[in-house]
Amino acid sequence: MQAVAIAIPAIYRSTVGKKAVMAVTGGILVLFLVAHMVGNLKIFLGAGDFNHYAEWLRTAGEPAVPHRTVLTLTEVVLTLAVLLHIWSATSLALRARAARPVKYESRKKSHARGYATHTMRYGGVIIALFIIWHLLDLTFYAVNPLGSSATPYDRVIADFAPDRWYITVWYVVAVLLVGLHLWHGAWSAFNSLGWRTKRNDGFLRGLAAVLAVVIAGGFVAVPIAVTFGWVG
Amino acid sequence: MKLTLRIWRQTNASDKGRMVEYKLDDISPDASFLEMLDVLNEQLIAADEEPVAFDHDCREGICGMCSLVINGTPHGPERNTTTCQLHMRKFKDGEVIDVEPWRARAFPVIKDLVVDRSPLDDMIQSGGYISAPTGTAPEAHSVPVPKPDADRAFEAAECIGCGACVAACPNGSAALFLGAKVTALGLMPQGQPERWDRVVSMLDTHDDAGFGGCTLTGECTVACPKGIPLDVISRLNSDYLKATAGGKKK
Repeated sequence: MQAVAIAIPAIYRSTVGKKAVMAVTGGILVLFLVAHMVGNLKIFLGAGDFNHYAEWLRTAGEPAVPHRTVLTLTEVVLTLAVLLHIWSATSLALRARAARPVKYESRKKSHARGYATHTMRYGGVIIALFIIWHLLDLTFYAVNPLGSSATPYDRVIADFAPDRWYITVWYVVAVLLVGLHLWHGAWSAFNSLGWRTKRNDGFLRGLAAVLAVVIAGGFVAVPIAVTFGWVG
Repeated sequence: MKLTLRIWRQTNASDKGRMVEYKLDDISPDASFLEMLDVLNEQLIAADEEPVAFDHDCREGICGMCSLVINGTPHGPERNTTTCQLHMRKFKDGEVIDVEPWRARAFPVIKDLVVDRSPLDDMIQSGGYISAPTGTAPEAHSVPVPKPDADRAFEAAECIGCGACVAACPNGSAALFLGAKVTALGLMPQGQPERWDRVVSMLDTHDDAGFGGCTLTGECTVACPKGIPLDVISRLNSDYLKATAGGKKK
């Protein structure tokens, strides 16, 4: 154990270690996204189910633990995961910029056909900005048309009302970027942890693709359905 | 063939450098890329100008000396081919061809198209070896190696250390080179005693040299003249994490 404790700071400093941190924190965030998406889809079961679920998030674990314990712990873990993920990405991006001070004159051609790969850095920044907006919208209600007095269901319906179509567009674009991020990221994470082999590569690419499509599809469904009046 | 070349000219490490245009007539389509540069240099020398400096040695595609980023692609347009084995018939008559050196902070330009690739040697010195007694070579069959391991190790050992992976990588990472060495040695019984020290020392040397980190863009394996597969990087990550977080390195 002592060896592990001593090795940790060195791992963080190395390029391989930073990617391992990104893989682990990314994995935590993917698990969260799946749970978040399943929760969102309860809106199709009606206002009662949706609001009850929102209430349960706050009362889960009671009375064994105080009100909002599980939710607060989740928030702490997610915040740490997001910060470590961004820190690793930024650190590697700065390193990459420093690693090639003189650029090529000829336009650098990409041969690896990785569209999603090239969206990782700027896509990640847009996703981070989206998370800030999303928290201001449906966690702190600062940019929500209704306030804290409304029910969670009504806030979502008001948020994606047809005359606020631009909010729906913003959510859909951000979620599609999350999908692209996962298309590369979920596959790359296995490589970063050293679990990818020639034999399982096809399976891992498929797994990442399914995750990307299911998660993006599941999240896009709610704002689209509200804007087109299929719910609410 | 008529060609217009735009070649990076840089007098020395402190010179800023610039692209210079040269026109060539009557180049044989059967000439190799380096032979075409030889023709250019003969003309430059005849005109009392400084010839273009470029690295080359065996011209058989096995030594790893030739380099050159040709039209934005390391070793030019043909897959799994070094610059010396690339022929002018792969280009169009009248084409404008950009020729640049490898670009990386760890590979400073010495002159024109020649860069200093000694950080790759530094990585080898820090762990890319096995300890073996000198003297008569032992009987090869005395240490059995599973056939799949031998095949994978051989595939990774094809790396000629040219540095095209670094030149192609958007992050300027040498992870493919490192992965090839760690895989080739780590799969062999003879490579086991130093396996965990090797991966940590070699990665430390890599990071200290100013190479970037791998983000699995896959550009390296496409540019590699020997087609080293991308999964050697996964093995590098696996061995590094086992050696450090897993406590295997003593």
